[in-house]
Amino acid sequence: MKQITVTVNGQPHSAEVEPRLLLVHLIRENLNLTGTHIGCDTSSCGACTVLLDGKSVKSCTVLAVQANGKSVSTVEGLCAPGAALNPLQEGFKENHGLHCGFCTPGMMMRATELLEHNPDPTEDEIRWGISGNLCRCTGYNNIVKAILYAGAKMRGEEPASTEPQFV
Amino acid sequence: MWVASRELATRWCVANSRQALSLVLDKISTLVWCLIQPMTFKNMAKKLLGDPINRVDGALKATGRARYSADIKRPGMLHGVLVMSTIANGKITAIDTADALKVPGVVNVMSHQNAPKLAGMDKNKPSEIATDRVLHVFQDDLVHYNNQPIAMVLAETLEQATEGASLVRVTYQTQPVKLPLPAGKADMSTPKQMPRVDDQVDTKRGDLAAGLAAAINRMEETYTTPTMNHNALEPHALLAYWEGDKLTMYNATQGISGCQKRVAEIFGMPKENVRVITQFLGGGFGSKGTTFSHVMLAPMAAKLTGKPVRLVLKREQMFGMVGNRSATVQRLNLATGKDGKLLATAHHSITQTSDFDEFAEPAGTITRMLYACPNLDTTHKFIRANIGTPAPMRAPGEAPGVFALESAIDEMAAQLRMDPLAFRLANYAETDPNKDKPFSSKSLRECYRQGAERFGWSKRPAQPRSLKNGNYLRGMGMATTVYPMNRGESTALVRLKPDGTVQVETATQDLGTGTFTIMTQIAAEVFGLSPDQVTLSAGDSIYPTSSVSGGSRNTASTGSAVTQAAQEVLKKARQMALKDPKSPLFNVAEAEIVVQKGGQLQQKSNPKVGEALTSLLKRNGNKPLEATVQSKQGDEKGKYSMNAFGAVFAEVEVDELLGEVRVTRLLGSFAAGRIVNLKTARSQVLGGMVWAVSMALHEKTVFDPRNNRVMNANLAEYHVPVNADIQEIDGFFIEEADDIVNPAGVKGIGEIGVVGTVSAIANAIYHATGRRFRDLPITVDKVLA
Ligand code: FES
Ligand code: FES
Repeated sequence: MKQITVTVNGQPHSAEVEPRLLLVHLIRENLNLTGTHIGCDTSSCGACTVLLDGKSVKSCTVLAVQANGKSVSTVEGLCAPGAALNPLQEGFKENHGLHCGFCTPGMMMRATELLEHNPDPTEDEIRWGISGNLCRCTGYNNIVKAILYAGAKMRGEEPASTEPQFV
Repeated sequence: MWVASRELATRWCVANSRQALSLVLDKISTLVWCLIQPMTFKNMAKKLLGDPINRVDGALKATGRARYSADIKRPGMLHGVLVMSTIANGKITAIDTADALKVPGVVNVMSHQNAPKLAGMDKNKPSEIATDRVLHVFQDDLVHYNNQPIAMVLAETLEQATEGASLVRVTYQTQPVKLPLPAGKADMSTPKQMPRVDDQVDTKRGDLAAGLAAAINRMEETYTTPTMNHNALEPHALLAYWEGDKLTMYNATQGISGCQKRVAEIFGMPKENVRVITQFLGGGFGSKGTTFSHVMLAPMAAKLTGKPVRLVLKREQMFGMVGNRSATVQRLNLATGKDGKLLATAHHSITQTSDFDEFAEPAGTITRMLYACPNLDTTHKFIRANIGTPAPMRAPGEAPGVFALESAIDEMAAQLRMDPLAFRLANYAETDPNKDKPFSSKSLRECYRQGAERFGWSKRPAQPRSLKNGNYLRGMGMATTVYPMNRGESTALVRLKPDGTVQVETATQDLGTGTFTIMTQIAAEVFGLSPDQVTLSAGDSIYPTSSVSGGSRNTASTGSAVTQAAQEVLKKARQMALKDPKSPLFNVAEAEIVVQKGGQLQQKSNPKVGEALTSLLKRNGNKPLEATVQSKQGDEKGKYSMNAFGAVFAEVEVDELLGEVRVTRLLGSFAAGRIVNLKTARSQVLGGMVWAVSMALHEKTVFDPRNNRVMNANLAEYHVPVNADIQEIDGFFIEEADDIVNPAGVKGIGEIGVVGTVSAIANAIYHATGRRFRDLPITVDKVLA
């Protein structure tokens, strides 16, 4: 057993954990933050993506002990309960960037980092930038729209229409 | 229980004052408009292209608060981890659990040696219900496929259970392995039935030999598609616990009611004692439509240990025990006369099933009806292999079958030097040639026309290899797409409350497609209300029984039940009004009373006469009005052929030096009856079209030919498209009114996006390169070969 302290969404948490405990299980089981999902066991799908000291990581491939002394952000930290959605969440909701929603938290965490590094990404940069996160439902287009929408909002610009635009 | 949370809806609808104002303005403008032209109840309830409202659960999902089955906890819960077979055929001779049981925290190892005996095992046999499969629930020592569950380790934590599972040692007596397609082709038999029981296994129309003899042009080719696995992003998961003889399961299922029935049947207990809850589902694509073995194993373990048990499948465990899409080998013959009309068509399909169960992928059924052709033979055979039984996977049969058919059609058009679209139009079926019945509606010509125009099909040069973009060869292809309208039985309760809000109750699950949103919207439309005035209680078997979300049928099924129950309530309200001397509608004929936006009853011929539903109910005892309707298909199925149709256009670029294929543009036009919500519907077909990119270029389950072990049982080596694989995709809908199909007027859109799109891509690759690829997926090695 090892004693660790991890700051999750701004709150420090101390716990005695087995060295083999994965960060994703610390988040889901010990802290009950089930918005971070598990879609594979091989760091292939991105459903478990969180930010570790601001960098997006697949939390199924990080041990909880590796997060000791670091800060973790999960989907639950994107907006306070009951508060208005943040621009990314709003983008996903308004643009129908989610169907089953299983990939969504991971997508949004990855997109958070992407927009931080590149506040005005092109469509192509978004497509490449989030290619570590699989979605089996949406066909991706509305996810790209959602991130473009969030980028525009964060820059203080008017986002494009969220109505379906047909060619 | 899942409730389309009114507080959430309220947050985005009513608290927004701008929106509130627009609601008022809406009401005023409706009133003005109605004075000019009274709106009938009918056209009000059936807006052909419905409002693109946001999904009701969007905020829950975007904040991580939506609870999926693996998120649910119970005090004292144990974690189950499965041990899977490492041989594909034989017998377990010993299971050594001593080391596993020594792991701290491990409480038990369940296997055939100690598993509870199940009372309903006589029902565990090949069934005519497509979603009821033969299960492996530790009742014997036989192994039928690699990766079959044979034991379950139960421990206090997942880590302990995982360690325990790695220490269970199994010895086997092995038998020779029957291989899947294409190797195991020798031992073929004819299936007893197709998954849709009224589809015939083999058909004959006219005289094929005479048709072939009379033809001027003929083609014969074989098309092959590999085994595929559904791979929804959410792994199969459930939490099961007993309270006395009552079982509760939070289970990731596409069919809450079917799951409840099947579990009760196998455990030999009354259905009422089984409760199935699916608050949110992370996709399924068919694999969660069947109640597979794990759904029995978790409650068995809960019974054995007396504790709640959570069982979440690992990704690699999903390659075998939870279904797959059968591989196919399909031989197509086409023959045409001098005017380019089809004279003969033959489609012979070989698919595969397991050695203990029967599922026949219906690859040839669409060929029977898609084009007019007087002489036609179709047959289905399957082989038996030591693999997990196949199951419906998004457009089962239609996806591989139409890939073969629409590739063959393209090949014939090329042979005739006809434009592929013109060739399809020359063979347009005005009535269903298989059933010899009229279509309830068919707007395929319009799909072709509008799709071709928007895509710029007229710019396609007839000659392959004539378009270039730098190093890339560019090509354009198209195909017809189609999906039958399926409808199951569903029941819904609708309650109109005196405060003017509506409550809908039905067991239905939301696969991720937007069912909760659609049901809310359908009920709102019938009463002329806005969706935030409707609360849906669903996702739980305590509500009235509903259909499976499979075969694109749930909106047609549960949507019809909601429509009919809401109409029934409205009928009660009309009758209440005309019998109430205090109502302005007193003594007005029932047919004269219509509902208007805002929940207003009105006299059709004199719109000034009317009153709000709320005032009518308040005056009449202030009690809710409710109706429960069980809805199912009537005799329309005997009289009509009912299908959604569409046309798909693809543009690809192929780098011949690197073997890379990029789908640069995809456009689908679809006619699928009434579209309830343009936003969710469009996204559904886009998702389907990406499935087609996946099937055409990426997906393939690879078996080790020595022992049928799946060699790519993970999401790294089982390829599906990532975002960078996808470029411009669009899908749009043709307005299509169909009052015959079902009360909701919908045909289903879950699968039609996949069906024709696979061959549209393959046909575009032919146009780019001049080479025909008849074996899926079209990967780099094949392009370079
Ligand atoms: S669960 Fe971590 S990448 Fe799939
Ligand atoms: S919305 Fe289902 S996986 Fe992305």
